[in-house]
Amino acid sequence: MDILRFITAGNVDDGKSTLIGRLLYDTKQIFADQLEAIESSGRVNEDGQVDLSLLTDGLKAEREQGITIDVAYKYFSTEKRKFIIADAPGHIQYTRNMVTGASNSNLSIILVDARKGVQEQTRRHSIISSLLGIPHLVICINKMDLVGYDEQVYNQIVEDYKQFARKLQAKDVTFIPVSALKGDNIVEGSELTMPWYQGPSLLEHLEQVPVSQDFNLDDSRFPVQYVIRPLTAEHQDYRGYAGKVISGTYKAGDKVTVQPSGQMTTVKFVELGGKELEEAFAPMSVVLQLEDEVDISRGDVIVKAADGLEAAQEFEAEICWMHNKALKPGAKLLLRHNSTETRCVVRHIEYKIDINTLDHLEDVDQVQLNDICRVQIKTASPLLLDKYADNRSNGGFILVDETSFATVGAGMVAEIEY
Amino acid sequence: MTKRYLDYLDQLEAEAIHIMREVAGQFEKPALLFSGGKDSITLVRLAEKAFRPGKFPFPLVHIDTGHNFPEAIRYRDELAERLGEKLIVRHVEDTILRKNLSEPKGRYASRNALQTHTLLETIEEFGFDACIGGARRDEEKARAKERIFSVRDEFGQWDPKRQRPELWNTFNGRISKGENVRVFPISNWTELDVWNYIKREEIALPNIYYTHERECLVRDGKLMAWSDFIYQEPDDEVVTRQVRFRTVGDMTCTAAVESIAHDIDGVIAEILESKISERGATRIDDKLSETAMEDRKKGGYF
Ligand SMILES: Nc1nc2c(ncn2[C@@H]2O[C@H](COP(=O)(O)OP(=O)(O)OP(=O)(O)O)[C@@H](O)[C@H]2O)c(=O)[nH]1
Ligand SMILES: [Mg+2]
Repeated sequence: MDILRFITAGNVDDGKSTLIGRLLYDTKQIFADQLEAIESSGRVNEDGQVDLSLLTDGLKAEREQGITIDVAYKYFSTEKRKFIIADAPGHIQYTRNMVTGASNSNLSIILVDARKGVQEQTRRHSIISSLLGIPHLVICINKMDLVGYDEQVYNQIVEDYKQFARKLQAKDVTFIPVSALKGDNIVEGSELTMPWYQGPSLLEHLEQVPVSQDFNLDDSRFPVQYVIRPLTAEHQDYRGYAGKVISGTYKAGDKVTVQPSGQMTTVKFVELGGKELEEAFAPMSVVLQLEDEVDISRGDVIVKAADGLEAAQEFEAEICWMHNKALKPGAKLLLRHNSTETRCVVRHIEYKIDINTLDHLEDVDQVQLNDICRVQIKTASPLLLDKYADNRSNGGFILVDETSFATVGAGMVAEIEY
Repeated sequence: MTKRYLDYLDQLEAEAIHIMREVAGQFEKPALLFSGGKDSITLVRLAEKAFRPGKFPFPLVHIDTGHNFPEAIRYRDELAERLGEKLIVRHVEDTILRKNLSEPKGRYASRNALQTHTLLETIEEFGFDACIGGARRDEEKARAKERIFSVRDEFGQWDPKRQRPELWNTFNGRISKGENVRVFPISNWTELDVWNYIKREEIALPNIYYTHERECLVRDGKLMAWSDFIYQEPDDEVVTRQVRFRTVGDMTCTAAVESIAHDIDGVIAEILESKISERGATRIDDKLSETAMEDRKKGGYF
């Protein structure tokens, strides 16, 4: 069985948490004691139904304010597939938490309140989903019950969204009219309320979206996390390189280069838990043994000789800035890329993205919390990067404040200068 | 072309191993918190996969409330022995004596909450900068919100409003002096995933995870293992039942469930049928308030 990881996003109060509650409720994946707990909390909607958003809004502050603050992860499965859901907050103040949930998703559900149409947060979350390279987008026009299940309203919002999304690089976009509260088109269809809609319900769609091609199996990248050297009588000369195949494939006999040193050798043995593997592929965690004794430590990357990967210290990247303190040119930060950490300087801000028009605003001298921008970065030591668009698992990095160690930015490599 | 797609259990395993290795790579003095329950037993198997044939880059640490199941303690000692890994045990009893704390009393008396004191003392004693734990996000609504690398201040406190963003599989383990990180490699596993993994890996568990006859005290409709540690009121009913444990923790706050499952397939079948969540069926400490877990975490709990 495979896994689909998805996120729910969109403006505050558009019904994300309710939608997840409904999805779990209608697939009978809520335990009796959990349902009882939310029933006994006494929170009900106008029509007397229990408030399903309480299933994911688990923090005291969230329950008090009736909003989501941080991502909640929920798990469910059907006969077809396992699902890992990240329920993101809609409020702009908590965008960094939405980015957290989105970064590991293969699909993004963006909710739009049928009464309000496309909003700034709808756009922001769509842009973030697109920047993060989430391959599938589902736009759920929610609260259809509040607009009399009107096809015209739905069509207008679909048109508006398409108009905006033309400038996004979204490959696979699906639209579904729903009522999270009443359950229309969540698990069941909507024959009675929206006979004009012929497409699948949300769950049907989630069950059939193809996910197998979402890993890059072409460019071999194996960042070494840890070197295993038992130094026991039995394993005198054993050296195993522990790490994760973040993309591509490896097997014994493969000619490889160890970067950044450039030393060449051959894979001798691929194993996990003492068992030999015929082949390792993304996203497996394994141990590689090599033919020659080469000097390798954490942060080095083992790549197949045929799949070149050069070290670089200067590059351009798209950044989601997630800190209250503004980002200014000249800022010095820590940069973490897979198992490597280095210092870096943000040399120049190329432009900031206007969330509403997607225009590039040039000549900006600083970037504020929740802004998305493009910058030039120079690092203190060389990194082994791919462009994010080519390889999602080797093109992303985080920026960390040098004194508080807070994670302040998420970066996606756009252009590399060798 | 050969099919190169990892089954879900393999995906979860790969993710957990990656997280453990990041701990080994990023921290100087990590520890693996071992409770004797199935989740921490699963962590140990994942550590074997991550680091063998080398040794674990961390000791196993058990905070013993003194009210644990003897079967779990025996299992713990045998496991450490067989693995040849270092086991550190610290006792809540000692903390109570040293700090002159009062022993919890009454109907819901449990040393579970006092564990936090001993844990924080142990972290300080050894200078641990990261503690790996077996918490899962499907267990409880506050846990559902916690990061995989969860930074705690010097009092071990979790601040849900100040969690660091956590992107992709890139984990920020940078901390200031005095802080530590709790790391949860099986965050994304469900109860059923753990059982399926135990089955696949043929991991032997303490026998109390399978059905056995036991004297139990009926409390709030739950079956509490009868022991010297449990507070009994005159009209409390003691019954003998065929039970197993869904979680194994402190005897005073972990309840048994009636069961006829004597092997793992039986357990999995029963879980698939179950209408009550793992913690709902077995924990009495969560029921004390709506945000009991969040409150404990803010106080330094796992
Ligand atoms: N009538 C109607 N109300 C809905 C529907 N979906 C959600 N609501 C209501 O809208 C309000 C907000 O719902 P939530 O699910 O908390 O919204 P959210 O998008 O998760 O909000 P944040 O996470 O805080 O951004 C609640 O009162 C819901 O009951 C719907 O389909 N129809
Ligand atoms: Mg919400």
